[in-house]
Amino acid sequence: MEAFLGNLDKVIDGFSWTVRLTLCSALFSFILGVVLTAMRVSPVPMMRGLATVYVEGIRNTPLTLVLLFCGLGINSALGVALADSVKWDVFWWAVIGLSAYTACFVSESLRAGVNTVPLGQVEAARSLGLTFTQNLRLIVLPQALRSVVGPLGSVLIALTKNTTIASVAGLGVQEASRQMKLMFDQGIAPVIPTFIGFALGFLILTLPTGFFFGWLSKRVAVAR
Amino acid sequence: MTATPLVTLENVDKHFGELHVLRGIDLSVERGEVVVVIGPSGSGKSTLCRTINRLETIDGGAITIDGVPLPEEGRGLARLRSDVGMVFQSFNLFAHKTVLQNVTIGPIKVRKKSKAAAEKRALELLDRVGIANQANKYPAQLSGGQQQRVAIARALAMEPKVLMFDEPTSALDPEMVQEVLDVMTSLAAEGMTMIVVTHEMGFARRAANRVVFMADGEIVEQAAPDDFFANPSSQRAKDFLSKILSH
Ligand SMILES: Nc1ncnc2c1ncn2[C@@H]1O[C@H](COP(=O)(O)OP(=O)(O)O)[C@@H](O)[C@H]1O
Ligand SMILES: [Mg+2]
Repeated sequence: MEAFLGNLDKVIDGFSWTVRLTLCSALFSFILGVVLTAMRVSPVPMMRGLATVYVEGIRNTPLTLVLLFCGLGINSALGVALADSVKWDVFWWAVIGLSAYTACFVSESLRAGVNTVPLGQVEAARSLGLTFTQNLRLIVLPQALRSVVGPLGSVLIALTKNTTIASVAGLGVQEASRQMKLMFDQGIAPVIPTFIGFALGFLILTLPTGFFFGWLSKRVAVAR
Repeated sequence: MTATPLVTLENVDKHFGELHVLRGIDLSVERGEVVVVIGPSGSGKSTLCRTINRLETIDGGAITIDGVPLPEEGRGLARLRSDVGMVFQSFNLFAHKTVLQNVTIGPIKVRKKSKAAAEKRALELLDRVGIANQANKYPAQLSGGQQQRVAIARALAMEPKVLMFDEPTSALDPEMVQEVLDVMTSLAAEGMTMIVVTHEMGFARRAANRVVFMADGEIVEQAAPDDFFANPSSQRAKDFLSKILSH
């Protein structure tokens, strides 16, 4: 335990990258997820088709492959850099891969939410003269979002844990699981307590997330 | 300008798959006129209402509002819909918005009114339908009758040229029917152009200029309410009236 606590700075540094990956990816995957959902309910068949192909394609690809593609494929092989320092370059590529992947799950949740909005709401909005985009932005998506706060919380928890794949898949972000592995490799920490320590660290991140989203989903639920 | 009818339907046809729901409907509604549509369930009354603001497309014929043909899609259609108010059987108030927001959203987002002006007008309208003191509640906190009166205020806030009601009291508990009919009657008296699908014969007698009887997707007959109720000319209307009046 002492060895673990003695390396607390490394642990904290690791989790700080975990949190950064999670927050940035959550933001971008939410935005992309909303756009995908809008496309999937749009009256234009081409939009619906594109979004469906994207969601079904990426959702059914292992995250490891998505991140390898970002890291080895685009970043290394094609030499596309997103930042000057390697540290931030791999970080942003990991964010892109995680966001591209997580957006599919955000979109699936939101689409389930859209299906809970009664048709009468849409028709009332139409009959007032709201355009398709106004209808989506003001009536449908706000109600859809409120009904899937719980599922979105689960997506966020999955994302938090999925950040660990960013280092396995060739993107050497110094997030928590990589720090752990480095500590093992350097033989500076006993294995079992370190495992438990890092697992607890993830629990400290994800448990409150779950409680918070559970509370929020009750608070914002739409009464009908 | 000569007085063109406000709403015209010419030979309107509508199918749902095999089902021929509207068969060559001809109807015109003058400014200030109140037309009550009655007929057996499934005769196409709701569909008729819904085609007039194009919640349903039509397969044949033509519909005009204030002399303008219904646009196909897009902004033109949205603008036209904003002139045609619709009150639904199931109220359809926006569940995540307060009463006040329900009434102001159209004026603000479609008519581009300022929030202050829209709220001032909304409170006047809510006062008029008797629910100004509930402005900050959510729809689920109101009774059915109150919700329907909010829905009427929401439609009125757009200053529509014509208001359509599709069985506005059918989903209400009996003791709430009258409060909604009272609002509708006073609107009729003030000269609002209205198309009302309803089985409330009292309202039809009191407020309507004309009763249109539909069956099997056709307009079977139309007449002033007193004439229609006293002397229906078609057998189908006679049968229908004897059924609903014997209750
Ligand atoms: N969206 C729809 N799809 C298929 N059939 C429909 C649809 N809406 C209505 N219908 C059918 O069209 C006919 C007319 O319905 P409607 O206009 O609702 O009649 P009413 O309002 O007079 O009871 C009915 O037979 C009904 O089942
Ligand atoms: Mg009906």
